[in-house]
Amino acid sequence: MTDTQGATIPSPAPAPEREPLLKVTGLTRHFPIRGGLLRRQTGAVRAVDGIDFTVNAGETLGVVGESGCGKSTMGRLITRLDEPTGGKIQFEGTDITHLGVGAMRPLRRDIQMIFQDPYSSLNPRHTVGTIVSAPFRLQGVQPEGGVKKAVQDLLELCGLSPEHYNRYPHEFSGGQRQRIGIARALALKPKMIVADEPVSALDVSIQAQVVNLLDDLQQELGLTYLIIAHDLSVVRHVSDRVAVMYLGKIVEIADRDSLYRSPMHPYTNALMSAVPVPDPRRRQSGGRERILLKGDVPSPINPPSGCRFRTRCWKAQDVCASREPLLTALETGHQVACHFPERSEGNDGHSPENAPENQGS
Amino acid sequence: MFAYIIRRIFAAAALLLVVSAVTFAIFFLLPRFAGETADQLAAQYIGKNPSPEAIAAVKKNLGFEQPLYTQYWHFLKGLVSGAEYKFGPEPATCHVPCFGYSFKNHLEVWPEMTSRIPVTISLAIGAAVLWLVSGITTGVISALKPRSVFDRLSMGVALAGVSLPVFFTGALLLTVFSYEWPILDNLHYVDFTEDPLMWARNLILPWISLAFLYSALYARLTRAGMLETMSEDYIRTARAKGLVERKVVVKHGLRSALTPIVTIFGMDLGLLLGGALITEQVFSLNGVGQFAVQAINDNDLPKVLGVTLLAAFFIVVCNLVVDLLYALVDPRVRLS
Amino acid sequence: MTDLQKTPADSAPAPLGDPFLSVRDLRIHFDTDDGLVRSVDGVSFDLHKGRTLGIVGESGSGKSVTSLGIMGLHRSKRARISGEILLDGEDLIAAGPDRVRQLRGRELAMIFQDPLTAMHPYYTVGAQIIEAYRVHHPKATKKEARARAVEMLDRVGIPQPDRRLDDYPHQFSGGMRQRAMIAMALVNDPSLLIADEPTTALDVTVQAQILDLIRDLQEEFGSAVIIITHDLGVVAELADDILVMYGGKCVERGPAASLFDAPEHPYTWGLLGSMPRLDRELQERLVPVKGTPPSLINVPSGCAFHPRCPYAALTGGRSTSEVPVLTEAAPGHHAACHLAADERHRIFTEEIAPRL
Ligand SMILES: Nc1ncnc2c1ncn2[C@@H]1O[C@H](COP(=O)(O)OP(=O)(O)OP(=O)(O)O)[C@@H](O)[C@H]1O
Ligand SMILES: Nc1ncnc2c1ncn2[C@@H]1O[C@H](COP(=O)(O)OP(=O)(O)O)[C@@H](O)[C@H]1O
Ligand code: SF4
Ligand code: SF4
Ligand SMILES: [Mg+2]
Ligand SMILES: [Mg+2]
Repeated sequence: MTDTQGATIPSPAPAPEREPLLKVTGLTRHFPIRGGLLRRQTGAVRAVDGIDFTVNAGETLGVVGESGCGKSTMGRLITRLDEPTGGKIQFEGTDITHLGVGAMRPLRRDIQMIFQDPYSSLNPRHTVGTIVSAPFRLQGVQPEGGVKKAVQDLLELCGLSPEHYNRYPHEFSGGQRQRIGIARALALKPKMIVADEPVSALDVSIQAQVVNLLDDLQQELGLTYLIIAHDLSVVRHVSDRVAVMYLGKIVEIADRDSLYRSPMHPYTNALMSAVPVPDPRRRQSGGRERILLKGDVPSPINPPSGCRFRTRCWKAQDVCASREPLLTALETGHQVACHFPERSEGNDGHSPENAPENQGS
Repeated sequence: MFAYIIRRIFAAAALLLVVSAVTFAIFFLLPRFAGETADQLAAQYIGKNPSPEAIAAVKKNLGFEQPLYTQYWHFLKGLVSGAEYKFGPEPATCHVPCFGYSFKNHLEVWPEMTSRIPVTISLAIGAAVLWLVSGITTGVISALKPRSVFDRLSMGVALAGVSLPVFFTGALLLTVFSYEWPILDNLHYVDFTEDPLMWARNLILPWISLAFLYSALYARLTRAGMLETMSEDYIRTARAKGLVERKVVVKHGLRSALTPIVTIFGMDLGLLLGGALITEQVFSLNGVGQFAVQAINDNDLPKVLGVTLLAAFFIVVCNLVVDLLYALVDPRVRLS
Repeated sequence: MTDLQKTPADSAPAPLGDPFLSVRDLRIHFDTDDGLVRSVDGVSFDLHKGRTLGIVGESGSGKSVTSLGIMGLHRSKRARISGEILLDGEDLIAAGPDRVRQLRGRELAMIFQDPLTAMHPYYTVGAQIIEAYRVHHPKATKKEARARAVEMLDRVGIPQPDRRLDDYPHQFSGGMRQRAMIAMALVNDPSLLIADEPTTALDVTVQAQILDLIRDLQEEFGSAVIIITHDLGVVAELADDILVMYGGKCVERGPAASLFDAPEHPYTWGLLGSMPRLDRELQERLVPVKGTPPSLINVPSGCAFHPRCPYAALTGGRSTSEVPVLTEAAPGHHAACHLAADERHRIFTEEIAPRL
């Protein structure tokens, strides 16, 4: 299908020669489990277990996956709120994987985080002014025209009124609180924002307001986003590229349009078909084929051998248990970790053979 | 679970060791810092006008000139295997567990101290039963009918109870029931095994005055815990099943609300077993508390050390029991 | 799939005799220190056995309060409840609390949003299901009750139910907990099942499993189901009829197909327009509902939606002064809006539908 490819051109396709803003290679984070008489380490929660991706300046990478698959942990690693067990994180070419608090300080200005819960992430005893100006104080920055002016500008930018400066968080609704959180993240003019479930706690009608705000800010300030969310429709709306995580690994990462049009990994397929569609006719006409996954996500302490999805995958073969499928590029920007990826429009005619022989290494 | 218990027991033992070392250091090192010499320390063992030879002998026998860690080591050894002292005309055996000899009356610390324990245990346990029953009942009723007359009244009384010191309530009770209307006069400790009725009769006033303070505290704790638990989702589920309210409260509510109270109770009981100083003083009960007060007044270091360790022992053991109970009650602790 | 289900147009309620549940002008207000909270303010609907009613609305619109009201679970003295809740002809509001308690768990059962906090952490899953059974089967022996619990766990798809029965809730995954909650709710074959956001705390994949299970069980037991959610996708999956709540009132009510095809109320338009959808071409921009949800203490005058409604100006001031009443706009389809029906239809087809 030629227009599939045509459609992918206008979206900002990653130009390989450009240096990505963020480059993550083999990132892992294992949380030790201690047990027994001496509390020795008896195992590990493999929350993030070897992931690679890049984010280019000005684009939005969306990350989706079921709860517990390691999305938040990954976000915390990238913003260096947590120490990686292994792998490498490069920001603008600088290795920040194990930077200490001091060395990380100047970079904190460039990478900011927005949290999920607009209720607990704002200190209820501080005024909006104090909250939004905190980054200035922490970094010792003296903005032009004074802190108050800068904060009021930020509030206005995020759709709040400058008069809100002296109010307290509890006086605001969920959506407004999320705006306060965004204003705080923007204070130091960051290059990149990692947003962990920025709209999950909000009602649909309010969610759209915040999604649009994030959109506008990106246009205006040229921001780069990494947006973590579990809602596939929201992720489709905000992202340029999308990564799908399962049990600590990225199983598929691709350009937004091609991922949603022709998901290649069985898990991505299952995930998409599970999204309830607000159209009762599809149900009543029986025209909806849904892939119902059996059982639960396995424990990240003892992930299945080979392909981690094989315990729930309807296409699993023997090779899936013995050999781990690696994230391999099928089309430009469309990488899948599966021995038997779906043959759909996108890769039907001209993709390389997806036989397992080609995948091993 | 088994590993958990073993680990907790080891931790408790280690904690006791640390407490003993710290106490030892405080009581034997501090006097030296304060300028007290080994001679002066030894002199306390002999009485008036000691001769230099006698002092030297005691110093040698008791090992006061040795470095502190050696002394501590001997102390620990004494605890598990007894010790021999030769400071009097004839050698004295200090039996296991040897907490040393009193500076003042030259008696072994341990037997003298343990003879006081029954008094303290009687006082603590009796008061505990009283305050648990009254405190928890009051708390539950208050929580079930918040802002009712009963709630306001009982919480008012509880506030008074928390703020009134034992020496006040104790003295008041004594004045009223022993002197004004002598229903309960001539109070002295009678052992439970001798005459249970007299035992209870003579302890009832101390129990009440101690329990008044604690039940006030426990009523407030229970009320708060119960209010919180009764707004939990699982209480709503229990009601949605169609359970009668009594079952909802007792089986689902109380069970969760009491768990944190068990923890606090272990702490309180442990503290009390180490001696209820004021209550014992007010009611002239010869318990561990009085023993401690005397020891401190007399500057009788071995006794102070002994009673400190005893108190620490009770606290550590009570907390250990509470932790194990907690694991028993809460499957999330037990099975994790 | 039966023929009936294949023809969506037929899903409009056929006359089924007397409804099993009939709610008439239900009002639930709470007396608080800040003022009177009008959580539910005049809601009416009917529900027949074997059918599913979906209640949608944003958080704070009164969905849970309605469902807890039907279950008779508002115990606070500060709750003011009026209206009628007729269950098989019997008014639950007039009935004594003990009568409602007997019905609870037997005729009326409920599933809650968060399956972790909704189960007692100190009792095994089995003990909690057995308890639910024995409340209403006092003569059953422990063994019978246990066998029944195993059967139910098996029915809701828990593997090795006789072993898992003795697990504690924290040893179950979120999806399994919600299955166990469903088993607990259905253990006495209730005629009415209320599911309050049963899948909000779950992942999409698990949500799909649970929705599937609820649908199967309803077919098997023929009970009436109320599903409460803020997700229009979820109601579209399950509901035959949909009720949209806003600010404690029902603003629109109708058969599912007609409500999605031809929504009548501007708030419903807003909800549909603001959600990104996987089954549609990507929109350039979402169309949010402006402003914030109303306070239920100082409910806006007239139509509670008027501060956020783009069409309030088209009603000649009635939107701000007069409370609109539910009127039938299409067969079985009611909406509470002052806009004239043809005006609404024109706006919908011209402005709203192309954006959806
Ligand atoms: N016991 C109560 N006392 C006072 N106000 C209450 C009480 N219970 C609920 N309310 C209020 O009633 C309104 C409706 O609450 P309800 O829980 O039904 O909302 P909801 O639609 O279920 O929202 P959510 O999606 O957040 O669960 C809210 O404003 C809430 O604050
Ligand atoms: N501090 C921690 N200690 C142990 N395990 C953790 C910790 N934080 C997260 N995990 C585990 O890591 C996995 C991924 O967690 P997280 O990234 O929070 O998932 P999500 O995708 O929901 O954001 C989960 O299995 C979680 O239990
Ligand atoms: S590698 Fe095998 S088990 Fe894994 S997703 Fe592909 S087909 Fe399924
Ligand atoms: S009555 Fe007025 S404000 Fe309310 S929905 Fe209709 S047009 Fe909008
Ligand atoms: Mg998360
Ligand atoms: Mg609710």
